[in-house]
Amino acid sequence: MMRNIAIGGVLLALFAMVGTGLVSATYLLTKDQIAENEKQRLLGSINALLPASAYDNAIEQDLIFIRDPIISGKEEIPVYRARNGEEDVAAIIGAIAPDGYAGPIKLLIGIRVSGEITGVRVISHHETPGLGDAIEIDRSDWLLSFIGKSLSSLTEAEWAVKKDGGVFDQFTGATITPRIVVKSVHNTLLYFQKNRKRLFESPAYQGEAT
Amino acid sequence: MSYISYRQLIADGMWHNNVAFVQILGLCPLLAVSSTAINGLGLGIATTLVLIASNLTVSVIRNWVRPEIRIPVFVMIIASFVTAIELSMSAWFYDLYRVLGIFIPLIVTNCAILGRAEAFASRNDIPHSLVDGAAMGIGFTVPLVLLGAMREITGFGTLFAQADLMFGPSAHWLTLNLFDDYGGFLLSILPPGAFIGLGLLIALKNVIDHKRAENRR
Repeated sequence: MMRNIAIGGVLLALFAMVGTGLVSATYLLTKDQIAENEKQRLLGSINALLPASAYDNAIEQDLIFIRDPIISGKEEIPVYRARNGEEDVAAIIGAIAPDGYAGPIKLLIGIRVSGEITGVRVISHHETPGLGDAIEIDRSDWLLSFIGKSLSSLTEAEWAVKKDGGVFDQFTGATITPRIVVKSVHNTLLYFQKNRKRLFESPAYQGEAT
Repeated sequence: MSYISYRQLIADGMWHNNVAFVQILGLCPLLAVSSTAINGLGLGIATTLVLIASNLTVSVIRNWVRPEIRIPVFVMIIASFVTAIELSMSAWFYDLYRVLGIFIPLIVTNCAILGRAEAFASRNDIPHSLVDGAAMGIGFTVPLVLLGAMREITGFGTLFAQADLMFGPSAHWLTLNLFDDYGGFLLSILPPGAFIGLGLLIALKNVIDHKRAENRR
């Protein structure tokens, strides 16, 4: 009886070791490729907002993490700094709109030092397919309407969807989604204006980027 | 042990004992990932690979795993293969991996896999277990792709959209735009559409079975 239990236990341990070995070997084989894929994806999103020719630093490493109740809720969000030599060019902020129609909407917002928007992308969202998902760049050009806008080019009241008296289109059947994206971009601009110096001068985060 | 013919195994996996249509197993990934044909194909292939690998391993070790510890051993084998396949996909099919996301690790919970290990591979020799794994896997992939195609055509008006995620940029020509200016049909894309579509496919299979039985009579 005791012997059977012992043999069973040893066998089980043996299988656990073989299984772990298989997973470790695969991990070692794929680790570099996965890290490279993730870096390429990040650079791809950043370069969609800011052409690679506009900066010359290793932007994926020049990041800080910030937390602000208005633009990120309780989460820490990354801010990537684009620089050309000594000169600050733009910040790419991973803002979160916490109050989407169905959960938070994660954004990536590029802002030039002058406070002008270089572009906005939606990283992830749970909005209704077919209605709210026009905030995806693959489905509509709506996000492009932010390019070039700034706090000085539009008044406070104009930072809203047309239904609320602003300049941004809403979608047929979905007002909530564009409304909160506009609000989130506006809040991020306000945050950027207030904290610009600190955002560019804080030392870069040392550690694994996520 | 009476040996079943390979032909019988394939017929069982693909039709008579089909995972999706007859055993109704693995519904969670089946319903969640079948929003387009390519997503369905991706998950189907990953599941098939796990099924073949786990059936093979279970069959190899069937004579020296004691019955008391067989279930934890099977679970460990399946979990290891799923993790290995998840890592490989994330390295070499990164875009598809991002689309399928959480459903790759969830292959572990697809009871069809543990079911085949326990009901078939632990009692049969290696070649039969391999064929059974492949037949069951393909029998799961075909409904996934069919359901995906149905939902994609009615929901988005396209077929094989994003084929490039799987076959590289040269596969763009595979994508068919069936209707110009198609407004989309929300019901198909959302989970209820998956239930309705699966129901229709099961009904279709039953009609065919019925017809064949009548003809035989």
